[in-house]
Formats: sequence, structure tokens, C-alpha cells
Amino acid sequence: MELISPTDFAKEKVLAVQEYALLSAHAIANLFRQPRYFADIVQQADFIGFGSLPIVVLTGFFTGAVLALNSASTLQKFGSLTLIAQLVSVGMVTELGPVLTGLMIAGRNSSGMASELGSMVVTEQIDAMRALGTNPIKKLVTPRVVSTVFMLFFLTIISDLLGLFGGAVISHLVYAIDWHQYWTSAWQALAFRDVFTGLVKPLLFGFIVSTIGCYYGLSARGGTQGVGRATTQAVVAASVLILAVDLFATKLLMAILGNR
Amino acid sequence: MAAPPIAIELPVKFSRESASPVIVFENVSIAFEDKPVLDGISFKLAKGETKAIFGVAGSGKSTLLKLALGLIKPDSGSIYVLGEDIVQKSEEELFELRRKVGIVFQESALFDSLTVRENVAFRLLEEGHISESEIERRVREALSFVELENTVDLFPSELSGGMRRRVAIARAIITEPEILLYDSPTAGLDPVTSTTIVELIVKQRDVYKTSSLLVTHRLQDAFTMASHYFDPKTNHMQPLPPAAIPDVPICFLLLRDGKIIFDGSVKDLAESKDEYIREYIS
Repeated sequence: MELISPTDFAKEKVLAVQEYALLSAHAIANLFRQPRYFADIVQQADFIGFGSLPIVVLTGFFTGAVLALNSASTLQKFGSLTLIAQLVSVGMVTELGPVLTGLMIAGRNSSGMASELGSMVVTEQIDAMRALGTNPIKKLVTPRVVSTVFMLFFLTIISDLLGLFGGAVISHLVYAIDWHQYWTSAWQALAFRDVFTGLVKPLLFGFIVSTIGCYYGLSARGGTQGVGRATTQAVVAASVLILAVDLFATKLLMAILGNR
Repeated sequence: MAAPPIAIELPVKFSRESASPVIVFENVSIAFEDKPVLDGISFKLAKGETKAIFGVAGSGKSTLLKLALGLIKPDSGSIYVLGEDIVQKSEEELFELRRKVGIVFQESALFDSLTVRENVAFRLLEEGHISESEIERRVREALSFVELENTVDLFPSELSGGMRRRVAIARAIITEPEILLYDSPTAGLDPVTSTTIVELIVKQRDVYKTSSLLVTHRLQDAFTMASHYFDPKTNHMQPLPPAAIPDVPICFLLLRDGKIIFDGSVKDLAESKDEYIREYIS
């Protein structure tokens, strides 16, 4: 393995951040320039949104169910089992729904985008596109960003609902909590700030998933091995960034909207 | 050898001196990771001329084509394409110029998720203002030029290597470019398919008089181009009489260690006393 000096390593990382920032800026700026690729946006929305539905449904349901199961044993000790719905509701809507859905979509779509665009780079299809007078960022990146942000928002809502449903199933079947009581309690526990927080996060995560996937794909070098490396790096970077941004977004939104 | 018919559209009486240059490289240098690839190269491509570029692997032949299209920028020097300084132009400004320049990539670089029709029509579809019927007509015309009309609905993965190159040529010529850039169009192909590709390049040169840069490893391809013309009557290339060969608008450029060591006609190449060149062409 070739050793690299700390200065070169630092320069490489700063350059990568700069390139990522430029790609993201261009992807956003292209929203306001012609031509707009509506057909590509719809195609990507179908692939990202409808294609990710099974994993989002399963993730949401099982997360809500296990959250209910784990928290119930603690709540039981304090005789507060009725709070289970509130706990599942707030936990899913503000945190687990957006983060886990973001992570699942990162696993499925960041890797997909990185491998697809990476393959296009190493087979000179991106150069061919430029040679044919088409801006690859406009044609390939912007539609993916728009579709991911849009679809992750709705996928998160579905995940939240399925999580609440999973919690309800466990609460009713294992702890004999009344359905009506569960849903009323879950609904009443949610404040505006919870819902707002839970719906802002997927917008940020969708942007991270798509831009990171596209960035690593377009940066792929070195044939199929390079594409494989780009795919892995995209998933890792997107996942870590989602968790890091979640922390800062939560803190910021708390500062703006106030604590519970 | 029978002389070709007098009525042929041969590029005879071609004068390199009087033809205006369509591509000019002036002292162009580029390095990748501190390793110089092209070092102060200068040359001109005259209108209607084909310049065959040779060199060992890694000598910067493909880099030269990418520079000519503005896909990469040189570290220093100037590049003029159709009179415009492309080094100073932004990517958006280059898109219009690229409409006048077609390129055939080494591995074809067809979009694998699109059909042959969509690949060939890509540029027209992107322009957005051309009618469906006009696009269909021009796609058929371009595919007919490369004799692949029956492949319109196939995907690139369903085509052979030679067919993919021919589709790439159709995609490059659909907008009737003034300049064509060929990056090793016959690399990795069998001799029969290679001859078909060379015949298409000769056809493009003689029928449409397109200026072109041709990167190749295969000297025999360039010699075939220098010694043949395209006969529209038989729809095949035919050998030229020896007296007509110097009039063919083709010249040779040889790269070595990032520098041009030869830029001249087939006659000059054959008569060169340079040891490396003699070894290269032997």
C-alpha cells in the first residue's frame, strides 16, 4: 500500500469536500435552468419511491414493534404501561422513522446511484454525454436529488405510520392495551414541533443520500474495482452523514421550536 | 490495377496549405499526477483532412482527442476548434461547439440503458425542438450509412463489438458534424470487421468531406485509408492508382514521450530515416 503524506491527505480531503459542495450547488442551481428532465425525475421517483416501499414498510413496522416491546418492560416497573403509545409515537415520528428510513434508503439508493454513475464514468458514457452536448449533472444528478428528497419525505410518513402500527400490534397482543386507547394516546402525544422535526429531517437526508451517491459515482476511477469502492464509500459516507446531520438538525430545531 | 472511374468524388487536388485549419494545437501541455502526458505539442488539422495519430500505449493519443473536444483542459497552451479558443470557454459554452464535432470512443461508450434508436437520436432528443418524424428519418439515415437499419430496437448489449462501433459512428454523424474524432475505432476487432469500420471512415471522408482526427494503433488501417477511395457506385472502397495516392487528404502524426516526432504525409513517413519511426512502421 502506498503511503501518503499528511499534507497530501489533508489536501485530498479538502478537495473532495470542495468538489462535493460544487456538485451539490450545481444540482440545486440546475433546478432553475432549462432543460428540465421531468421524465427522468418521474422514472427515478418510481425507482426510489415505489421500489423502496417494501424495505421501508418492513423497517417501520418492526422498529415500532420492537420499540414497544423494549420500552414496555421498563414502563411496567413504574406502572406506566399506558405511556407506551406516547413513547412509540414520539420516538418514531421525531427520530427513528426519519433516521432509519434515511439509512435504509442510503443503503439501497446511494449504492445504486454510485454504481450506476460509476459504471457510466469508467465506460466513458459520461464523457460521451458531455461530447453530445448534455450536462451530466443536469441530466443525471438533479433528477435523482429531486426524486430522492420528494420520495423520502413520503416514505418517512409511511414508515412512521407503520411504526405506530407495529407498536399497536405489540401493545394489544402482548400487553392487552386497547386499540382505541393506544391510537388516541399516540395522537395526543404528538405536538407540532414533533411532526415538524420529523418532516424536516427526511428532506435533509434525501439530499444527503442522493448527492453523496452521485458524488461517489461520478468520482469513480479505476474500472470495476473503482466502482465497487465508490459504492461502498457512498453507503458508509451517506449513513455517517445522516447520523451526524440528525444530531445537529435535532439541536437546531430544538433551539428554534423549543424543547418538549 | 484498374484506374478508378473519372467521376469519383475523390478528394483530389487537396491542398493542405490553402485549406483553412479546423483544429489548431499551440504548444499544448498536460500532466496527470505530475507525470507529463503531452509536452508542448503543436499541430494543425486542415479542413477536409484526416490526420492519423499513432503512438505506443500511454503516449497521450486519447488525451489529445479529449483535449480537442474540451472534455479536459490543458495545463498550458491554446487549442482552437473551428476558430474558437476552447481553452477559455466554460463547459456550457462548449456544448454548442460540440454540436459541430462528433466523437467515436474507443469502447463505443453507448448508453447501455438506451436502445440503438435512442442512442443515435440522443443529441436530437436533447435539443427538444425536432419533430418525432424528423428524428426517425435522421436516425434511419445515420443507421443506413453504417448499414445497421435493422438494429433500432436492440440494446447495445445485444450487439457485437463491431456493430457497437458502427452505432457509435452513426451517433457521431447524425448532426453532420464538421469534424470527427475517432478513438481507436478498430481496436480489438477482427480484420474483417476492422475493414468495415475503415471503409465507413473512408466513406465519411470522401462522401461528406469531414475533417477528422483518427487515433489508432493499427498502421495498416491508416495505410488502407491512404491508398483507397470510396466508390459510391459499388458502395465499397476501391484501391487508388499509385499516382493518386499523394492527393488523398490524409497525413500521419506520431507521438513519443508526449512529443510529436513526426507530422507529415504517407510519402514522408515511408521515406523517414528516423530509427524509431522506421522501427515503428516496419
